[in-house]
Amino acid sequence: MSCPADYELPNPGPRPEGEREELLRIWKTPGGWRLPTAVNNTVIGLLYIGAAFAFFVGAGILALVMRTQLALPDNDLVSQNLYNQLFTVHGTTMMFLFAVPAMEALGVMLLPQMLAARDLPFPRLSAFAIWAYVVGGSVFFLTVFLDLAPKGGWFMYPPLTLTQFSPGDNADFWLLGIGFIEISAIAGAIEIIVGVLRTRPPGMSLDKLPIFGWAMLIFAGMIMVAFPAVILATMFLEIERAFGWPFFSPEGGGDPLLWQHLFWFFGHPEVYIIFLPAAGLVSMIVPTMARTPLVGYRLIVVALIATGFFSFGLWVHHMFATGIPAMSLAFFSAASMAVAIPSGIQIFSWIATIADSKGKYQINVPSLFVLGMLFIFTLGGLTGVMVAMIPFDLQAHDTYFIVAHMHYVMIGGMVFPLFACFYYWVPMVAKKRLSERLGRWTFWLMFIGFNVAFLPMHLTGLLGMPRRIWTYPSGLGWDGLNMISTIGAYMIAAGVLVFIIDLIRNFRVGEGGEPNPWGAGTLEFLPQDVYSTRSIPHITSRDTLWDQPNLAEEVESGQHYLPNAPTGGRETIVTSAIEAKPQYVVQMPGPGWAHVCAAVFTAACFLLLTIKVVTLAVICAGIAVVSCLVWVWDIDKGPDKGPVDIGGGHRLPVYMTGPSAHGWWAMIVLMIVAGSLYLAYLFSYLYTWTVTPEVWPDAADELASLRWPALSALSFVCGAAVYWFAQKSLGPRSARHALTPGLLLLGALLISAGLGFEIYGHWSAGLRGPQSSFDALTYMASFLTGEIVVAILIMTVYVTARHFTGKLDNVRFASLENTNLLVYYMTAQALIGLVVVHGFPRLVGAS
Amino acid sequence: MSAPVSKAVFAVAVFALVGCEGPQSAFSGTAPESSRVIFLTWVMIIGGTIILAVVCGAIAAAISGPASWKRALRNERVILYGGIAFPVIVLTLLLFYGFVLLRAGDSLVSDENALRVAVVGEQWWWRVIYETRGGETFETANELRIPVGRTVAIELTSADVIHSFWVPAYAGKLDMIPGRTNTLHIKAKHPGLARGQCAEYCGGAHALMSFFVEALPEDEFEQWIEKEKSPALRNNEAGARLFHAVGCGGCHTVRGTSAKGVIGPDLTHVASRHSLAAAALDNDEAAFQRWLRMHQKIKPDNRMPGFDFLSDEEIAELASYLGGLE
Repeated sequence: MSCPADYELPNPGPRPEGEREELLRIWKTPGGWRLPTAVNNTVIGLLYIGAAFAFFVGAGILALVMRTQLALPDNDLVSQNLYNQLFTVHGTTMMFLFAVPAMEALGVMLLPQMLAARDLPFPRLSAFAIWAYVVGGSVFFLTVFLDLAPKGGWFMYPPLTLTQFSPGDNADFWLLGIGFIEISAIAGAIEIIVGVLRTRPPGMSLDKLPIFGWAMLIFAGMIMVAFPAVILATMFLEIERAFGWPFFSPEGGGDPLLWQHLFWFFGHPEVYIIFLPAAGLVSMIVPTMARTPLVGYRLIVVALIATGFFSFGLWVHHMFATGIPAMSLAFFSAASMAVAIPSGIQIFSWIATIADSKGKYQINVPSLFVLGMLFIFTLGGLTGVMVAMIPFDLQAHDTYFIVAHMHYVMIGGMVFPLFACFYYWVPMVAKKRLSERLGRWTFWLMFIGFNVAFLPMHLTGLLGMPRRIWTYPSGLGWDGLNMISTIGAYMIAAGVLVFIIDLIRNFRVGEGGEPNPWGAGTLEFLPQDVYSTRSIPHITSRDTLWDQPNLAEEVESGQHYLPNAPTGGRETIVTSAIEAKPQYVVQMPGPGWAHVCAAVFTAACFLLLTIKVVTLAVICAGIAVVSCLVWVWDIDKGPDKGPVDIGGGHRLPVYMTGPSAHGWWAMIVLMIVAGSLYLAYLFSYLYTWTVTPEVWPDAADELASLRWPALSALSFVCGAAVYWFAQKSLGPRSARHALTPGLLLLGALLISAGLGFEIYGHWSAGLRGPQSSFDALTYMASFLTGEIVVAILIMTVYVTARHFTGKLDNVRFASLENTNLLVYYMTAQALIGLVVVHGFPRLVGAS
Repeated sequence: MSAPVSKAVFAVAVFALVGCEGPQSAFSGTAPESSRVIFLTWVMIIGGTIILAVVCGAIAAAISGPASWKRALRNERVILYGGIAFPVIVLTLLLFYGFVLLRAGDSLVSDENALRVAVVGEQWWWRVIYETRGGETFETANELRIPVGRTVAIELTSADVIHSFWVPAYAGKLDMIPGRTNTLHIKAKHPGLARGQCAEYCGGAHALMSFFVEALPEDEFEQWIEKEKSPALRNNEAGARLFHAVGCGGCHTVRGTSAKGVIGPDLTHVASRHSLAAAALDNDEAAFQRWLRMHQKIKPDNRMPGFDFLSDEEIAELASYLGGLE
């Protein structure tokens, strides 16, 4: 079983003294009051999971209060006003502050370990996102105690959530809470995509990627496409609430259903965004407990991709009762059913893997939770097929049947796998396992409690009980069923309580636990310390630890790649996206206050805007921007310390620009996000026209004269060209070109002018946002471009400063390159916007 | 673990269905539409239970079944048959069945002889506008009466936020969306009283926005129309004077009197309805009194101002007047 037959050790022979000590020193977690500056993924990952779990418990307690209220008919334990806040905060917190962040947290926590990378590629970005989420999420959650919480339901349908029907700041707090999850989700998606594609260990080609990696990759891809829709929707809602631009009010030519389309275009994929990583976790745990490779690895990958793909064709099934024409309903009904197939593939793959067990399938707490998940999720999937049937859905929609269905899908599809993974992966970060005995209590209380609580709800719903009602009269046949559900809810709570007791008694963060307690085959169970693995292994198979039995020892003794810290700082290997061939060593930033500061002041800015303290909000925004600039100032470290030898004959540079650079990839991801946002905008524009064509101008003279858009387009294009030329003008470090800052200034002026001409054109034609949905949507094109222009201007100041401090030259220009990518993207978006906004009304008005 | 659970599922289901069929149940099926859905529901519940049992059985066999079963289950073909082929076939059949059901309702849509009723969702009650054969319209609230055997086309709109009109006994729900008109077609098979409720969360007192639908034989329905469109009966003149003096007429209409408000429900024949305040209360004089005294407690956030300044005698007088508006 000795393996060096199929690979040669990259660094054979003993390592020099002191290397491990140096790694420990470099990767040391800051202690004491400086702990918040930490960026290491295992540290902030714990904070992330801990915060998500705290929100789970908090929102769960709200659910208990609701269940207590509903235990009896005509109960008045909780007031109508409070109850409406309770279910809104429960749903919002569970979906946005627990489920999605928990899955991202697992990505942050587990991915680098599974990929034997030293950290995520952008450690401070994750830390920033997490701190913003912790601060913003906490403020959002606390509103429920202050009678300030939103009460529009977690999907906040307008017009109910417009100022007219929801005065006060309550609804704005919802938008605040969502704002943070949007930020952290996008940041997480960038981390995960670049992390999975570019920081895999040498040899781990994509077909050897652990299923969890695939799941997270698709998860992040879905976030890139789905979240922009809700970002746009929340922008619309906040702008309509604050300034009265009628995106959703029919009086101004808006349409309430636009919100539903945008929200569910995000909201339905979100369910799968939550489920896919959890399914990925199950695909990791089942083979370990069966001690055999996953049966149908390729089929599962295809199933994950198919789920991601189908999930974007389902959103209308939340809108079957809105009166949409039957033909389009038919399409969405079919798509809703089709998505059951990939789930079927995964379930049968897991069953096949269990059947393939070497010896008896191990039954322990993680595998119990997986089995519980199989039952609950299968039942939820079957009721999902039921509600995909339109005639049935029209009865079940918005009743307790749906409440039951979605809890089966989400608790089964996400919470049970999460608990499985708590028990399974705790040994990776802690000194010992959690208690098997308490874990079984947790499982059985949760499993039985869950079914007692939610199974009867299917019936309650079919007996006519709508969701979101704070009280109900006796005599409708709902009384007994509700009492049973409440009892079940308390059993679930008892189960969670036992788990918390287990955590308090047994969870101690630190090294020195059993390295591979379950006998797993994946890299996260290699011996680890703060620097992850001592050396980064060369991978030759999927279940690495099973197929390379000496790996742990080799890695630990530094015989694989990068056993030291040749640049003297934090670093990891960047490999090619498909084949995972080593390309360069990325120098990564360490702990710092700047990103924490940026997060706190971003949160403060949003919060102050919510309560309409504008001046202070602007000051906080300023501090946040400055903090961001401070934070990024030292991440572009330059090529001086390279090239370095990582072993195996690889001598790698330590700096990279162009399409191989991880920063370039991150920019591309960001551009895809911005592009999705713009597509959602174009959809909104055309959709609103189909609904209310009467507010569209029918004569060209109601639009700006073509002079203005032409000037605008010219300025944008010239601006982009000037930025391009600025990059070309860079000279060697010894001879910096004085032309560069001049060009940057000119470019900045040109794109600002482009934006100015565009807006002035609309203004001079008499367009005003509050007048009609046409005016509002026309200005939105400028608004979306304007946001990017502002970002470019800030980046331009930053790049110029780097020029003057000698940190920008014809080798070290990643910061300018990234700015330019954004400039090109912005120019393309602006041109498309100009063509649509000035062309489309002329096109349809002329006919 | 799993087999007993699914048995229990089924037992609970059967018990609950037989045991507690309420006036708002989707299982009452008093119209052809809802009856077809009940059949579909049973097909899916039974089919789903069987599939769940098979999956649980497969899991149990994979864990501790005989070696031959395990051998069969670990084959990748199991995934292809169980995870792909089987769902594709079942789902395709189901989908076609669903389309057939959807089309089955089309005959009602094209019925030109349909009775037209407009229902406007308001926070948190239902404005109901009937159109008689003569083309005149009259208003009532929180209640529909419909003739047995005749198609009723209910035009659904909203005055404020999104509501959803749902009478499970007759049909699935249909949303009431500001700026749009949705039309729901129903037809009652036999006389009877059903309860409906707003199904889309509409803020504040969403929980207390219900209504009744009573199906009447055609002749009784015509009598009801005649009575309902006529002005209010004169009764309790002192109560009537108080009603006007207090300003109730600013929001409510009582046809045949000077009360012509259009903000709140029409009260012309309020006493003949099955409930008060969108089914938040029974309908009798005591209920009127309770409502006048503490309507913000009974139905928080409702738009009616408080009448704390009225004495007990005045409240009794008003209630007696309202209770006489048959």
